[in-house]
Amino acid sequence: MAVIANARRLNADVTRIDLDAPHIAAKALPGQFVVLRVDARGERIPLTIARADAQSGVVTVVVQRVGKSTAILSDMKTGDIILDVAGPLGTPTHLQSGRCAVVGGGLGCAIAWPIAAALKREGAEVHMIAGFRTKDIVILEEEMREDSSALHICTDDGSYGFKGFVTDKLKGLITGGVSFDRVYAIGPLVMMKFVSRLTKEYGIPTVVSMNPLMVDGTGMCGCCRVTVDGKVFFACVDGPDFDGHLVDFDETMRRNTAYAAFEKARMDEHICRLTGESRGAEHA
Amino acid sequence: MPNMQLNKTPMPEQSPDTRNTNFTEVALGYTAEQAKSEAERCLGCKHKPCVKGCPVGVDIPAFITPLKSGDADTALEILRRTNALPAICGRVCPQETQCEELCVRGLKGEPVAIGRLERYAADSAVPKALSGAAPTGHRAAVIGTGPAGLTCAGVLAAAGVEVTMFEAFHTPGGVLIYGIPEFRLPKAVAGREIESLKDMGVKIETNMVVGRVLSIDDLFARGFGAVFIGVGAGLPTFMKVPGESLIGVYSANEFLTRINLMKAYEPDAETPAPVFKNAAVVGGGNVAMDAARCAKRLSGGNVTVVYRRGEAELPARKEEIHHAMEEGIVFKFLTAPVEILGGDDFRVSGMVCEEMELGEPDASGRRRPVPKPGSRFTVECDCVISAIGTSPNPLLRQTERGLEFDRWGCVVTNPDTGETSRPGVYAGGDISTGAATVIKAMGAGKIAAESMIAYLAGK
Repeated sequence: MAVIANARRLNADVTRIDLDAPHIAAKALPGQFVVLRVDARGERIPLTIARADAQSGVVTVVVQRVGKSTAILSDMKTGDIILDVAGPLGTPTHLQSGRCAVVGGGLGCAIAWPIAAALKREGAEVHMIAGFRTKDIVILEEEMREDSSALHICTDDGSYGFKGFVTDKLKGLITGGVSFDRVYAIGPLVMMKFVSRLTKEYGIPTVVSMNPLMVDGTGMCGCCRVTVDGKVFFACVDGPDFDGHLVDFDETMRRNTAYAAFEKARMDEHICRLTGESRGAEHA
Repeated sequence: MPNMQLNKTPMPEQSPDTRNTNFTEVALGYTAEQAKSEAERCLGCKHKPCVKGCPVGVDIPAFITPLKSGDADTALEILRRTNALPAICGRVCPQETQCEELCVRGLKGEPVAIGRLERYAADSAVPKALSGAAPTGHRAAVIGTGPAGLTCAGVLAAAGVEVTMFEAFHTPGGVLIYGIPEFRLPKAVAGREIESLKDMGVKIETNMVVGRVLSIDDLFARGFGAVFIGVGAGLPTFMKVPGESLIGVYSANEFLTRINLMKAYEPDAETPAPVFKNAAVVGGGNVAMDAARCAKRLSGGNVTVVYRRGEAELPARKEEIHHAMEEGIVFKFLTAPVEILGGDDFRVSGMVCEEMELGEPDASGRRRPVPKPGSRFTVECDCVISAIGTSPNPLLRQTERGLEFDRWGCVVTNPDTGETSRPGVYAGGDISTGAATVIKAMGAGKIAAESMIAYLAGK
């Protein structure tokens, strides 16, 4: 059980939640995650830890509204109670000094940010590349600027910062003469796939943070299995970080659609109950 | 006069065609009359051969005697002296290879239905609040709340040790909760046994993944004088055939966890249930039977169990095999999977299998199955469940440097004492032996608890 010490919207779909969980805050390392269950009917939701402060005992997660469970979590308020919080889970990110690019996409920036901060503490020169669809959904800009050596914000539509994808920006930096020792990519699978494809061309070691479907998050069920270099690994215990040049992204993208129909039906039902409108009718 | 009827008194159960569409308990338990009649079949042998078959040494004739006069309360009291979880054992123990195998009545006819009587006593006695002994001031930590941990905690608490249990999931019970389905072991029955431990003063902290949030050093630093590790063998094994990453391929652990722990079959659960028409289950143990029977209940379609050895070699409890067959599960013996087929949508569309024949005995003494050339065929299915075994949970091996593990990943444990390589740290159950049974884990939990009591007293 954990009390929400603070909940606030970062953009229309993304909420930052600070949880009062001192035992987890004391042990959490960058790249690890927690599993939350909002109530007794809820599913186990894995969320990467965005920030953990051992002193205040606060563990921060950032959640995006994608299905019913994350919608319910996103609508929770300061002072609300989350029934179950387990963590820290997963293997921490392997940090290395030198010159790094940390590439975040959308919500992934919430996880890329603490990796950048940790790398900077390790003495690395950190170029943070943060990609968003458009200006309105840019999150954590100040935090990322603070915790990197250089911040490059990209928007797909050019409404803010660099116009283009994170891969365009990364390629520009590389061809412009910045030699990276390592790249960390955290965001949608398709983004991590294309970042990895690019860095492979240039021979830059690349770490990606995989986000497959999960049930228990403790290595017990194998739902989160990913194929890396032809071998099967469990993202919850062996990862979530893997070598981006060896991951089979297409497989994970396909596996993540396993329950799409169920998730859509639940979300429609949820919206219907909240607003009294049926999504089906809207589209008809 | 003992009841000399040759067969066990049958236990009422839901009819196969009804029960394979619901998740409520299959076997309904004896009535008072039936229990009395079955108890009368026990000859009360002086040398008690049955007791030698019980990993926790339940005094079987002693608990059956009061049942002859309908006294379930006394029977439960006697059971509880050696078995902390009788309602569970009565349901899930493989009695036919333990106590009942050694029953004299089995020489001619069927043995006494010891398991059914144990269940009857546990279900129908008026539970007496258990209380621990006077506190000794000693504290112990138990990691894992499955059968080994629960038993260990019960024995410790009864001796006046203050016990805190740590569970990684949101609900205690381990395999009793996530693995064994409702229709075989109702969650309320397991819950009742866990509540009775709490009544004895045992504390349970859920969502605590020891190895991550707490180390064994942390536990000692928190003032626990001894630690028991009972984290089980929860790491699923896949079959290593092509197609295992297709949507619709599950480890039995995932399939059963979605259904049992997350209750995905209930309409308002938020965890998605597997959706399919026909399933193939690979394996022949209790877990395979549980998965197959859950699959039947979820889909109502064809469910095929594929097992590479013969019917006689099936390791599952006899009653589960019998129930599965009655419920319409099809068995393909001497058959092994070769490849899982998928369509353009990346979902399972079938499983190619080949027939096997039994060759020379292997290291386990069982005849090794070898493929029969030219025998391939395809099982029509859109769901494949791998129930070919699990290995020890790897987390502590990765995080605890001070403990010795063997090459299979088991904690090296003295089977007579439960001691590990680290003083004050004990282990038992599947984490020490590899995947086995509930009752064997309970036996190990009990042995370790007795050593821990002596260790704490000598400190």
